[in-house]
Amino acid sequence: MLVHSRTGKWTTWGVFGLLFVPLFALPLLVILAASFAGHWSGAFPSGFTGEHYASAVRGDSLQALTTSLVTALSASVLALTVGTWAALAAAALKKRGRRVLDGLFMLPVAVPSVVVGLSVLVAFSKPPVILNGTSTIVILAHTILVTAFAYQSVSAAILRLDPVYEQAAASLGARPSYVLRRVKLPLLLPSLTAAAGLCFALSMGELSATMMLYPPDWTPLPVQIFAATDRGSLFTGAAVAVVLMGATLLVLFTVSRIRTRASFR
Amino acid sequence: MPRWVWALPPVLVLALVFLYPLALVVQQSFTPDSGGTSLSPYRTVFASDAFREALGTTVWLAVGATVGCLVLGFFLALVIAFVPFPGGKAVAKFIDVFLSFPSFLITLALLFIYGTVGMANGLWTGATGAASGPFQFLTTPWGVLLAEITFFTPFVMRPLLAAFSQLDTAQLEVASSLGAGPVRIVRRVILPEALPALAAGGSLVLVMCLNEFGIVLFTGAKGVTTLPMLVYSKAILESDYPAACVVAVVNVALSVGLYSIYRVVSRRVGA
Repeated sequence: MLVHSRTGKWTTWGVFGLLFVPLFALPLLVILAASFAGHWSGAFPSGFTGEHYASAVRGDSLQALTTSLVTALSASVLALTVGTWAALAAAALKKRGRRVLDGLFMLPVAVPSVVVGLSVLVAFSKPPVILNGTSTIVILAHTILVTAFAYQSVSAAILRLDPVYEQAAASLGARPSYVLRRVKLPLLLPSLTAAAGLCFALSMGELSATMMLYPPDWTPLPVQIFAATDRGSLFTGAAVAVVLMGATLLVLFTVSRIRTRASFR
Repeated sequence: MPRWVWALPPVLVLALVFLYPLALVVQQSFTPDSGGTSLSPYRTVFASDAFREALGTTVWLAVGATVGCLVLGFFLALVIAFVPFPGGKAVAKFIDVFLSFPSFLITLALLFIYGTVGMANGLWTGATGAASGPFQFLTTPWGVLLAEITFFTPFVMRPLLAAFSQLDTAQLEVASSLGAGPVRIVRRVILPEALPALAAGGSLVLVMCLNEFGIVLFTGAKGVTTLPMLVYSKAILESDYPAACVVAVVNVALSVGLYSIYRVVSRRVGA
């Protein structure tokens, strides 16, 4: 459309490939290659082995995987509940009230995650509520960080919702709670599952706030990867990173399956 | 019951777990370890070289990365949208997947590619027989800059691709049939349409770069300290909470200020 000549097109694609492949495709491939590498001291890895995976799904790393999954699942469920509730309540408000709620719930996006971690640490290390050193404090920080994204995607979905359905239901005498349960939430289901997938992926990869808070017996995968690379075990770190990416992708894929099935209803 | 009552429970939860802790951070930043309320933590922190350097590094890295992301993202999105090629859809899908991975994976990958014994240096020493390769920038701010541009460019590309899909391609055909070259079409037709998406994507990336921690932590360089890194090292490594809170307040003021501008801009352009 933009470039018509044959050579022009191929030049453009060539430049595109030269930028895209080393910047975006190579990093992920390299991590994958390194996770199988016995050693890497030249141009290419050598001595391929599955050893790093053996240690990545055992002991500490296995525990880190379950820790991450539990944390991400709890944080997503909590964030989705609070975020959906807030988005539904905001949609019922007038313009100004909605704007206030938008500002409040989107604020955690702007605040650095490290500061969210610090603030939770400062607030819940002293009475009345002491959570310092528990798994709850990690889940709490993750929930705060991902709620904004749940709120954002659910309120965008509510905006796109055709008000005709709920008006029809209400005109037939359905009470608000019935309309919410039988009309609005089912219509929002595809967006809710998409939001859940997003929250889950973000929580799985969360490092900044977690580094401020994690107790020794609750180390999620990103912390594990950092610990491995920090002590020089780059290949183990890469294998754990592949496990992290795989788990995230698997959940996102499952969620998108639910989503397409839900949209057929 | 008025409608705003339903908004109260989630707002109360947010206030308890997010706003109240933030307020405590501000309060702590005015409370030196010696007790009382004073500005002395601010004076100490503002006077320290480490803080000034971190502030400078954070700002120039964020601005540099944003400019890099905008230029690169604009070009890549332009090619995907207007010089279509087989597999372009898959590339766009790949960008979406890329967004769901954590940032520090990029730094981890760069260690294998440009690290002292990585691919690039390995190729170089293999080809020339030199003892060490020329790529030693990973532990400098340039390594962080490269990682941030790589990780955040997709955040610019997504709104751009959305904006480009709204653009009527007939406009391009008309401009082209009237004799406009590609550069002119990009400048006069596409760029004005893309400006809102560029502004929205750019300011979002700027805020996220100001707040980026994982990339800097994984770089592991003592020479590169940004504000979030300083918060971490003051609080966790030095247990100096008042100083950590001061740096946190400065960082929050910077990014929340910018984020408000982003919200205003994106609301005005309806992005």
